[in-house]
Amino acid sequence: MGIEIIEDKCSGCSLCVKYCPFGLIKIVSREEVGRPHPKYKKIAVIGQGCNLCGACLEPCSFQAILIEREEAKPLADISQYKGVWVFAEQKKGEIQGVVYELIGEGRKLADQLGEKLSCVLLGEGMDEKAKELIAYGADRVYQIEGSILREFQDDPYTDVLTDLIEKEKPEIVLMGATAIGRSFASRVAARLGTGLTADCTELAIDLEKRQLLQTRPAFGGNIMATITTPHSRPQMATVRHKVFKKAIRQGNHQGDVVKESVEGKHLSLRTKLLNMVEDITQTVKLADADIIVSGGRGLGGPENFHIIEALARTLGGAVGASRAAVDAGWMPYSHQVGQTGRTVCPKIYIACGISGAIQHLVGMQSSEIIVAINKDPNAPIFKVATYGIEGDLFQVVPALTKTLKEVLG
Amino acid sequence: MNFIVCIKQVPGTTEVKINPRTNTLIREGVESIVNPFDTYAIEEGLRLKERMGGKVTVISMGPPQAESALREALSMGCDEAVLVTDPAFAGSDTLATSYTLACGIGKIGEFDLVICGKQAIDGDTAQVGPGIAEKLEIPAVTYVKKIEEINEGLVRVERMMEEGYEVIEMGLPALITVVKEINEPRLPSLKGMMRARKAKIQIWNASDIACEKTRIGQPGSPTIVNRIFTPPPRKGGEMLLGDPEEQAQKLVEKLRQAKVI
Repeated sequence: MGIEIIEDKCSGCSLCVKYCPFGLIKIVSREEVGRPHPKYKKIAVIGQGCNLCGACLEPCSFQAILIEREEAKPLADISQYKGVWVFAEQKKGEIQGVVYELIGEGRKLADQLGEKLSCVLLGEGMDEKAKELIAYGADRVYQIEGSILREFQDDPYTDVLTDLIEKEKPEIVLMGATAIGRSFASRVAARLGTGLTADCTELAIDLEKRQLLQTRPAFGGNIMATITTPHSRPQMATVRHKVFKKAIRQGNHQGDVVKESVEGKHLSLRTKLLNMVEDITQTVKLADADIIVSGGRGLGGPENFHIIEALARTLGGAVGASRAAVDAGWMPYSHQVGQTGRTVCPKIYIACGISGAIQHLVGMQSSEIIVAINKDPNAPIFKVATYGIEGDLFQVVPALTKTLKEVLG
Repeated sequence: MNFIVCIKQVPGTTEVKINPRTNTLIREGVESIVNPFDTYAIEEGLRLKERMGGKVTVISMGPPQAESALREALSMGCDEAVLVTDPAFAGSDTLATSYTLACGIGKIGEFDLVICGKQAIDGDTAQVGPGIAEKLEIPAVTYVKKIEEINEGLVRVERMMEEGYEVIEMGLPALITVVKEINEPRLPSLKGMMRARKAKIQIWNASDIACEKTRIGQPGSPTIVNRIFTPPPRKGGEMLLGDPEEQAQKLVEKLRQAKVI
């Protein structure tokens, strides 16, 4: 088990060095480390901290790197796990948008596997919503009812979902990578002792091995990793918003609802939700928005954000901000896009007066169309922009709002 | 009160650049830093100690060189530091990491609150915080932007959500993960740096923390990385020329053609 440099083969060419995401590979003199070679004078050594990610394997032209993974014993009962589940996150009784995207994608995965697609819906008085989930393509809905489940709370939700998974044994469980999903999924996976992959942007099935191939960005989207859970079940993943297409509602789709009540059952509850305070500055949620208009340092001050807001309003989009604008106190933190703020991937992202530091880019570069408006032609934002407009944002943005108003009516 | 802060050493991304030709990360000369989100966790631990009295212990799992991250935490004012390190931890995924850190925290002893950053900037999973809570069998609230109140038995926090925030109360001991909005981390003081340089860091290996060998490192990790690749670069952009009105019209035309508006 582990990673090894094959002494005979390594030429010390240093190709692998820059591919190590963790910067752990060093090239040293063979003489110094006492590993002489008739032809090569240098050799690669791998420092501690390697997580066996394998990024170095491909660039090595000498096949001099070997990664051995201990083959965990396949669990005998892995084949008992069948079907694809989607956690139907609801807030105040409303199914969250990402759920329909998961149903769309989950349907494809289930069809490939030749299995059922089920939704798990926890809440109170959710009969109508359960029927809706079937209309969107679920074959079955596990509707778990109880007043304790009305709002999301980690403990009772974890109790209910882990019990249900242990009983029904799905092979795949998908959740939205929302604030709730990302913490909840981690709890459930840790309790079950199974694998969980965060924030996936691509899912596929390896039919031969019957494995879920989960692809996700790491290092702020600069590298992509495909992750599998070979020997434990269910295979769990949280999935980013807006990556998959929404399922289409088909009124005639048939399915069954398995309804249970947890009233009277003992569920743990160690947290108490006292209040929910809505952010009044966010008329459209950043995470859900199809269009985001963001402002940065180029706006010069908080008093100028109204032109960004006007454009966003015309497009029915949300307002974002760069870290510079948030740190200067021009916009609340809840609007910050980027590494230390939110990661977004709308259909259109319009960056106004944002130079495009790498920390900002990693938060928005998976957007479908990026528009950059900046007066500096050398601003890095233009390198990722689908359409670039070099100019004064105080002229371009109002002109854009005006044109859009005329066109959109 | 006893506060435990979990930190991770990560590559300093401010220096990460992408080679435009090969689209790979240029990592030469990249130094390691304390994960930025964890600096907010350290700061919050220190503020709580200043308010409530007690002790802040900082813990990290990683290679021996992660010691420098712990020294940085000490220089900010943390009282004690623990490095959990063992070649047997290689290949740990978030589940194995959560378990290992929970074992390390178990060995530290009694605590009231564990504080983590919301996620690490290299892996971006946000899974280890809640995972630790599960393994320690304590309640947790993620994405905390403010601690409204804390006393010997209870903490009330504000949790950042997509559409605002929730106010949640829970009994101690408990775990929180924090977002940037919670505070502004202090810089290490000169005195702190002097003290940190000399301070002794506890180094624990797998047997010190009494973890089960099958639950750590690669054997304890249900997920494996099959492949790593760089995403295809975004296609070079098209510059829209003309005066502002013309530029606006061209853009609207493009967006209409793409059927996105």
